[in-house]
Amino acid sequence: MDLLIDSFWSALLLLASADEELLKIVKVSLTVSGFSTLIAAVTGVPLGFWVAFGRFRGQGMVTTILHTLLALPTVVVGLFVYAFISRRGILGPLDLLYSQQAMIIGQSILIIPVVAAFTITAVKKVDKRYSQTAMTLGANRFQTAMVVAMEARYGIMAAITAAFGRVIAEVGVSMMLGGNIKGFTRTMTTAMALEYDKGEFILAVALGLVLLTIAFGLNFALNLFQSRVRA
Amino acid sequence: MKRIATLFVIALLCLCLAPSAFAGDKVIKMSTTTSTQASGLLDILLPALEKDTGIQVKVIAKGTGAAIRDGMDGNVDVIFVHAKSREEAFVAEGYGTKRYAVMHNDFVILGPASDPAGIKGDASAADALKKIALAKALFVSRGDDSGTHTKEQALWQATGLQLEEKTQTIVKKGKEVSVTAVQPNGDWYNSIGQGMGKALTFAEEKAGYVISDRGTYLKYKFGRDQGLNLEVLCEGDPLLFNPYGVIPINPEKFPHVKYDLAKQFAEWLVSARGQKLINDYRLVGRPLFIGDAK
Repeated sequence: MDLLIDSFWSALLLLASADEELLKIVKVSLTVSGFSTLIAAVTGVPLGFWVAFGRFRGQGMVTTILHTLLALPTVVVGLFVYAFISRRGILGPLDLLYSQQAMIIGQSILIIPVVAAFTITAVKKVDKRYSQTAMTLGANRFQTAMVVAMEARYGIMAAITAAFGRVIAEVGVSMMLGGNIKGFTRTMTTAMALEYDKGEFILAVALGLVLLTIAFGLNFALNLFQSRVRA
Repeated sequence: MKRIATLFVIALLCLCLAPSAFAGDKVIKMSTTTSTQASGLLDILLPALEKDTGIQVKVIAKGTGAAIRDGMDGNVDVIFVHAKSREEAFVAEGYGTKRYAVMHNDFVILGPASDPAGIKGDASAADALKKIALAKALFVSRGDDSGTHTKEQALWQATGLQLEEKTQTIVKKGKEVSVTAVQPNGDWYNSIGQGMGKALTFAEEKAGYVISDRGTYLKYKFGRDQGLNLEVLCEGDPLLFNPYGVIPINPEKFPHVKYDLAKQFAEWLVSARGQKLINDYRLVGRPLFIGDAK
C-alpha cells in the first residue's frame, strides 16, 4: 500500500507546484482531444441525423455498423491510420506521422461512430409529434431536423461528452501515431505508460488525478446544465 | 447531402488549423530504443546538442526492431539503436549512409537472491543460461524483436543447447514473411513480448531470471524509491557487450529526410564534446555508458 499512498502524496505536491512538464502534457492532451472532438461533432452529429432521418435502404444496417464501431479497439485505428500516413503509405508525402495532426485524425475516426450512434439514439427518442407539427407548419426537412435537434440537444451533448471522454483516456492511437514525443505529442496517457515503463509512478499518478478531474468536471457541468434546464 | 459535404470540409479545415507539429527548421526526428530514453541519457545530451548546434531532436522511443523499421520506411531522419549486426545490414541495404559507433554498455543476467539455478559468479554467460535451462528455473524473455532480445537469442545459441525455432508468419508489403525467434523449449521460458521495464517487473514478481541492459537495471534498482530485489548474478562476459550506433537515413533512398542535420547530430555525438557527456553521465554515482568513438 505504501507504493500507492506515497505516490499519491508526491503527486499532489507535484500538482501543487504546477510542474511545467506536467502542464505541457495536459495542454497537449486537451488540444488534441479537443480538436478530435470538434471534428467528430461536426461530422458525427449530421451523420447521426442523416441515418435517423434519411430515407434509404439499409438504415438498420448502418446503425448496426455504427454500434459495432463503438467497440473498435484503438490499436486497430492506430494501425489502419499508420498504414496510410507512414512514408511508405498513400499519404506518406504529407509527413503526418508522429504529429498532433496524426493523432487528431486517428482519434476522430475513433469517435465519429460514438457521436453518430448516440445522436441516432437521442434523435429517435424525440417525440414524433415535434417533427410532424413542424412539417404541418410548412418546415422543410432541414428545418424539421433543426426542431428535433433542439429537442435532442442534451442527448447530443452527452454524445459529444462521451466521445471526448473516450479520446482523452485512450492510449493506442496517441502512442502509435503521435510517438510520445516529449513536448509535442506526449499526452497524459502516453506519459503514464512511459512512466510505468521507467518504473516511476509519481508523475503517472499525478496525471491520472488530472485526467479523472477533467472527466469529472466535464460530466458535472453537463449534469448541472441538464438538471437546471429541466427543473 | 450537400450540407454533410460542407461539414466535412469544415472538419478538414479544423484539422489544418490544428497546431502544427513544429515550425522551426532545425528539427529532426529520431527513432530510438527505449533504453536511451528511459536511462535519462537523452535528457542530458539533447539540451546540450541544441545549445551547441541549434538542432532539436524529436524522440520516438520504441524497441530496436520497430525503430529500425521506422528508418526503413523513411519515417524518421536518424536512428539510434543497439543491434550491431542489424545496423550493419541496414547500412549495407542502403537505408542508412553510415553507422557511427557511439557508445556501449553491457548486459547483465539478473535473478532472485535465492538463485535456484546457482549461476552466481559465473564468468560465462552461456554457462549461466545452460544452468538455468537445466534447472528449468523461470526465465523471462522480452520476445519483442528488440536489441536485448536479439542479444538473448545469440546467447542461447552459444549454450549449444537444443533450441526450438518459433516461426511466425506476418504480412509485410503484401508478401508473407516469416519471423523466426530461436529459444529453448519449456514451460519455464516466458516470452512476454514487452519492453525492458516490463520484463524486469515481470521477473521481479515471479522471482525469475532475466537479461537486462545495465542502464535500465541501475535505473530500476537505485534510481527510484521502490527498488528492485533482482540481483546481478552474471556479468563481465565479452559476449554481454552492448554497442549503440547512430545511423542517418540515406537521402538517396528518401529525399525528404533532413540528412545534413542528422549527419551533424551523429558527428556531434562522436565528437569529444558528445563523448565526454556520455562518459560523465552518472546514475546514482554509477556510470551507465562508455563512449566508443576513437
